[in-house]
Amino acid sequence: MLVLFAIVVGIIQPRFLSLDTLRIVMLAVPLIMVAAMGQMMVLVARHVDLSIGSVLGFSAIVAGMAFRDIPEMPWWLGFVIAISVGALLGLANGAVVTIFRLPSIIVTLGTLSLYRGVLFLISDARQVDPQYIPRPLIEMSQTSPLFGIPWIVIIALGIAFATYLFLDHTRIGRQIYAIGSNPSAAPLRGIRVVPVTLLVFTLSGALSGLAGVMYASRFGYVNPSITGVGFEFTVIAAVVIGGVSINGGVGTVLGTVLGVILLGAVSVALPILGVSAFWQDAIFGAVIIVALIIDRSVRQSGIKGANLGRPSVNAPSVSTPSAGIGA
Amino acid sequence: MTSADTDMAISSRDAAPPRPRWQVVLIRPETVTFLLLILAAIGASWLSPFFADIAYILESFTYYSEFAIVALVLTMVIISGEIDLSGASMMALSACLFGVTFQAGFPIPVAIVVSLVSGALMGAFNGILVIHMQLPSIIVTIGTLTLYRGLAQVIAGDRSIGKFPSWFIGLDYRLILDVPVPVIIFFVASPILALFLGTTALGRQIYQIGTSPIAARHAGIRVRQIKMGLFIAMGVASAIAGLMTASRLASVRYDLGTGGELQMVLIVMLGGTYIFGGRGTILGTFLAAWLLVIIATGMTVANIAINAQLTVLGLLLIFSIIATNAIYARTQR
Repeated sequence: MLVLFAIVVGIIQPRFLSLDTLRIVMLAVPLIMVAAMGQMMVLVARHVDLSIGSVLGFSAIVAGMAFRDIPEMPWWLGFVIAISVGALLGLANGAVVTIFRLPSIIVTLGTLSLYRGVLFLISDARQVDPQYIPRPLIEMSQTSPLFGIPWIVIIALGIAFATYLFLDHTRIGRQIYAIGSNPSAAPLRGIRVVPVTLLVFTLSGALSGLAGVMYASRFGYVNPSITGVGFEFTVIAAVVIGGVSINGGVGTVLGTVLGVILLGAVSVALPILGVSAFWQDAIFGAVIIVALIIDRSVRQSGIKGANLGRPSVNAPSVSTPSAGIGA
Repeated sequence: MTSADTDMAISSRDAAPPRPRWQVVLIRPETVTFLLLILAAIGASWLSPFFADIAYILESFTYYSEFAIVALVLTMVIISGEIDLSGASMMALSACLFGVTFQAGFPIPVAIVVSLVSGALMGAFNGILVIHMQLPSIIVTIGTLTLYRGLAQVIAGDRSIGKFPSWFIGLDYRLILDVPVPVIIFFVASPILALFLGTTALGRQIYQIGTSPIAARHAGIRVRQIKMGLFIAMGVASAIAGLMTASRLASVRYDLGTGGELQMVLIVMLGGTYIFGGRGTILGTFLAAWLLVIIATGMTVANIAINAQLTVLGLLLIFSIIATNAIYARTQR
């Protein structure tokens, strides 16, 4: 899977490099990258989080309103606020999913709309204008500490590396894979499924919150009806194209990073290649479907497909999620 | 005799005593929907005198009738154990194809056929991915949701296509016996689908597929063909809904029906259909559609902004699946 995508990126990348768009790609992807790390963990645990776009908008609006209404607030507190708000919203998702044992897709479809509605109420449907966003925050997208790489790109890469360490080198990280590959066997192995699932949703929310404050930094405003709308589909496309299986238990950070970069490169390349921006959504949709089919044919030799996550068919998992990392 | 005795002994030891008949009949999700509907109607008429006016409610229903009609078919898809989130996007793409065909100089009937055929093809594409590629319908239709809406944007751009002849537009203003045509369509479609699902062999087989696909296959039910039929029906219903929307708005744009997937799923879930398949009724969906109309119109009358209404819709969706799950857990186990 990974090698395949590395080849795909390798074929496409040179053309973009020659167009000198690397910098634009770097600025386009950090938000997707950060949220994709959260979404990846959720998918690995055999769930899905559709609410991240609204969580992003919610956290960004709360942080933006704090900037506007409390001018003396230090700018870094915006990060703390956005991440905690995101974590709370994610925790709420996880709580409904685990307590009532409901499918996460329907729950988060509900909170997608619920959070967006509440964010309209608290923001009074008013945009947070650019003059209220602190200078240091905006400069994070423009200035760089080393090699001309902007701060928000470094944050995104740092988050990706931290996710790698967490998923591959901690006990809880490995337990997420165990839950995803076989939810009914996981408790028999002594894994406490509920707390781990809660943690996964909380992390997804927190990372979307971080993406929210990065949105304020990157675009310099927060708008209740624009910020984060449709973001979930972009992120899911990036994660699925990165080789994360929607059947849970399979997926690597490196694959997700490549998926994000590929998607960012495609979206940046379209206007440069003279393709109308109208094509973007259609291409994202096609990308999700093609990635699903590839994932399916790759797995066909291994696991027998478990439809709709019915675990009974899913015999002892032969997936070795970490195998790809070294490659 | 002895074997019958032991059977009796085993069954009386293992199985709980059968529940009183009134409980079986009354404690079911549709009852909750019905009670909520009455509550909402009382609450709304207390809020605004307009609600005593049946014509006002019927008129309001025309705004939601398109999603409600798709929700009827979505009910059957969910009962069969699958889901289709791409309905609203199929509405948009088929309506845009209709508009583009008309603009290219073809007569309206040809454009309508193009739109219906495109709906069937889109549904079949979903079906092929889910049934033949054996991909989970939930993620497939998230992909096609983006894809179909994106294609609508590609063929229609961001302009709106209009100038349809006057006999085509304004479907919601045509009245038959004082009832707007979209409401009539919903009223006619509901009992037909309810009879199909409830009394025909094919309809009962849909329940069986949703309860246990493997057992259904062993029982000789043609699972793949039936599921394929449901996905195609979903596409055609979406195309019809797209045409109705085009008629009501007198124009089409790529963003037609945006967010409709939430309302469709919400109507089905409010109607007490079990998200894991195998249970649910058209009657529940029928009642839930009215419930949603009364709640949404009530909020509009109470001057709650459309965007803030999302809060209530999201809460309702979560509440309804929790309630339905709890009721099924109580009565069926």
